Amino acid sequence: MIAVLLAQTIAITGGTVYPVSGPKIANATVLIRDGKIAAVGINVAVPSDATRIDAAGKWVTPGLIDGGGQMGLVEISAVSGTREGSLSGDTVAAAFNVAEGLNPASMLIPVTRVEGVTTTLAAPEGHLISGQAVLVDLDGGTIEQMLVKSPVGMVARLNEDGKDEAGGSRAGLAQRLRRVFNDALEYGRRKADYGRAQIQPLSASAADLEALLPVLRGQLPLIARANRKSDIETALRIAREYKLKLILADVAEAWEIADEIARAGVPVLVQPLDNIPSYDALGIRYENAALLAKARVKVVLMETDTHNARNLRQQAGNAVSYGMSWDQALRAVTLSPAEVFGVADRYGSIEPGKVANVVVWSGDPFEFTTGVEHVLIRGREIALKSRQTELLERYKKLPPKY
Amino acid sequence: MQRPSYLLVALSAACASAGARGTPPATPAAAGPRSQTAADSLSVERAQYPSTYRRHTNPPVVIRNATILTATGQEIVNGSILFKDGRIVAVGPRVESPADAVVVDGTGKYVTPGLIDDHSHLGVYAAPGTDAESDGNEATNPVTAEVWAEHSFWPQDPQVPLAIAGGITTIQALPGSANLIGGRSAILKLIPARTVQEMKFPGAHYGLKMACGENPKRVYGKRGGPSTRMGNMAGYRGAFSQAEAYRRRWDAWNKDNKGDPPERNLRLETLAEVLRGNIYVQNHCYRADEMAQMLDLAHEFGFKIRSFHHAVESYKIADLLAKEGTSVSVWADWWGFKEEAMDGIQQNAALNQQAGGRPLIHSDSPSGIQRLNQEAAKAMYAGVRAGIPITRDQALRWITVNPAWTLGLDSIVGTLEPGKMADVVVWSGDPFSVYSKAVQVYNDGWLVYDRNDPAHQPRTDFQLGQEPPPGSDR
Repeated sequence: MIAVLLAQTIAITGGTVYPVSGPKIANATVLIRDGKIAAVGINVAVPSDATRIDAAGKWVTPGLIDGGGQMGLVEISAVSGTREGSLSGDTVAAAFNVAEGLNPASMLIPVTRVEGVTTTLAAPEGHLISGQAVLVDLDGGTIEQMLVKSPVGMVARLNEDGKDEAGGSRAGLAQRLRRVFNDALEYGRRKADYGRAQIQPLSASAADLEALLPVLRGQLPLIARANRKSDIETALRIAREYKLKLILADVAEAWEIADEIARAGVPVLVQPLDNIPSYDALGIRYENAALLAKARVKVVLMETDTHNARNLRQQAGNAVSYGMSWDQALRAVTLSPAEVFGVADRYGSIEPGKVANVVVWSGDPFEFTTGVEHVLIRGREIALKSRQTELLERYKKLPPKY
Repeated sequence: MQRPSYLLVALSAACASAGARGTPPATPAAAGPRSQTAADSLSVERAQYPSTYRRHTNPPVVIRNATILTATGQEIVNGSILFKDGRIVAVGPRVESPADAVVVDGTGKYVTPGLIDDHSHLGVYAAPGTDAESDGNEATNPVTAEVWAEHSFWPQDPQVPLAIAGGITTIQALPGSANLIGGRSAILKLIPARTVQEMKFPGAHYGLKMACGENPKRVYGKRGGPSTRMGNMAGYRGAFSQAEAYRRRWDAWNKDNKGDPPERNLRLETLAEVLRGNIYVQNHCYRADEMAQMLDLAHEFGFKIRSFHHAVESYKIADLLAKEGTSVSVWADWWGFKEEAMDGIQQNAALNQQAGGRPLIHSDSPSGIQRLNQEAAKAMYAGVRAGIPITRDQALRWITVNPAWTLGLDSIVGTLEPGKMADVVVWSGDPFSVYSKAVQVYNDGWLVYDRNDPAHQPRTDFQLGQEPPPGSDR
């Protein structure tokens, strides 16, 4: 990550601060210097050269982090030329890191960040092993500037769609995955032999096998997408066999085995408003996120409709409505995703030393009445403008002035 | 990690059909299907797939001490509402109730009319979303005015009880948008039922689904056309030209019944009904310039477009649409899933309201239909924050009486007024809060859903033995 920042000091004063890492602080000041949070509290001295943001009566939270979606990888869903999230023709696309497909000029970025989402996952899709997901800040003129961490996980599909990539059976899918993992281990042990073509042909390219080695060393999480209870159990089983660091995603029926997931210490990425039954997820229900949280599973919330990643707060509000505590829900869109994606040393809470992704809201961020008043990404205040605000301005009075 | 369902619906299914017209009977439950004569509407005198809807007998219900949002401009704090025999009897600060009335304590709760979604594909794109359940697009010809959504509708769709739990009491189930003219819609009471006939809203006329833009030309571009927007227009014009001639032949024969009647043509029969004003056109159309084209088409053939559906650019011509008297059925915030959806903005409904138009929020989604109140809330506050003074009553009308108008049913449902059908939702709190949920849903006076009583939480046949009941461990 290359920080491009002007030395700037900003003080957000008088608001109720929700640091997430600790209890809320009324009438507090958040001091931001050079892109980082310098101080938080009620007795913070504000330097005379600081730009002040009056947040009296407002709520101040970390910028929200969406644990799903394809931000920067899709512009117009139906226009294939604007989609970068899937590599065709490769069942095991482990070497496919989406980063260089990111479009820093995507118009989705301003549309999303002006509503308080400052960081999102950008995940590959398709195939058995989809590729490597990255985490991005919704600011920056280059890919390097956007990236928070790359990669944050290897995405694999242990669901109904994934089995089509492995002969059409869930059992075949599990076997295929094990074979690829075994081949990667073999490749890792015998790279020299591989180079001299002195080992049996392996079931994926050297690049893909190489890319799986960090996963098999437990360094890079496997993000396993699974919905059916038995598929989730298969993911847990394979993770145990290979000692993988596992993140479960989608997990429609996870509530049925919440205790087992909690015991395994595996976090989950959940979209609370999913409840339409399919044969992949007959037990899908709105209470999933809440029941998992209740069982002490670490829950990260997603809004996977990339164009409407801004509705992450509606997802969170509904998670509360169906049984999560408000504090749990806020954590599930801030600090928990930062932890799960391995960036909690820099992201997810309002604490000294952390990257200053901060949002000032007119009220409860999950409520529809609430609007965004200020967004700071890496300590820089973002203009609350997007293509959509420009369309609004143009057509607010008819006829428009072209 | 994308949500496939929205996109699939948006790309393959999204669209609108037509509502009903004329004045349906004031007591639809009692009156049964509207009788029609050959002269005033249909080409042929015969039983036309009648509704078999019957109101469930229920004790009178009085809800007391609630905040009542009537959708007629009133917000009654500590109010009461009494309904009996499927009709609203009284609404106000003080309401007398009969001794046999069930008393519901509405303390802390809100009461609204039942919500109406004028754009749904429930039952025709049922869950689970398999090919076997994909019955929404008769994508075999760009003009299929002869198909009827009710003939695809599956009452055991497990999405139906989910929508009921969201406070929905009436839907328009539409064919998809693959075709220029997709077929007739079904106007349905959203209740558990064995047959679609038992759900058909008595007296409601049919609607006609039409679709502009990308979908028809994408589906037919390599199958004989249309492959362009101008081809789309030529397709509608060709169909309605034939319908004009067909209508003339039947009108002539109906005058004296001399000789053999003209041969029936089911496709043209539906279109002739549109020309006679008995079927409302519900037109899937995204772009402002295309909506203007469709208005010209309607003028050419002398019919009205009742509503533009999706209409993501309707705010650009809100003045024109208000003048035309065409409602706009829109999403709160969908955009970007295809090129014609690029210019969606969250203030669309609000800007149409400001221009004097008749906006409403539709779902086009089995997920969105479960929280139409939340979608209306988003659209309202997006407007308010942009300085467009939308009232709570107006936002409530976006999901009640405005869609009722689009279906031609606003004299029967959509507001809480004495004499109207007792479609009533009790909410746990302010329906425009993310934290509120429907706790009771009454459809024509029948308690079809109660969040706190498993005896009133209908499950479809599909769900039995497949889905674990909420709260269960399996």
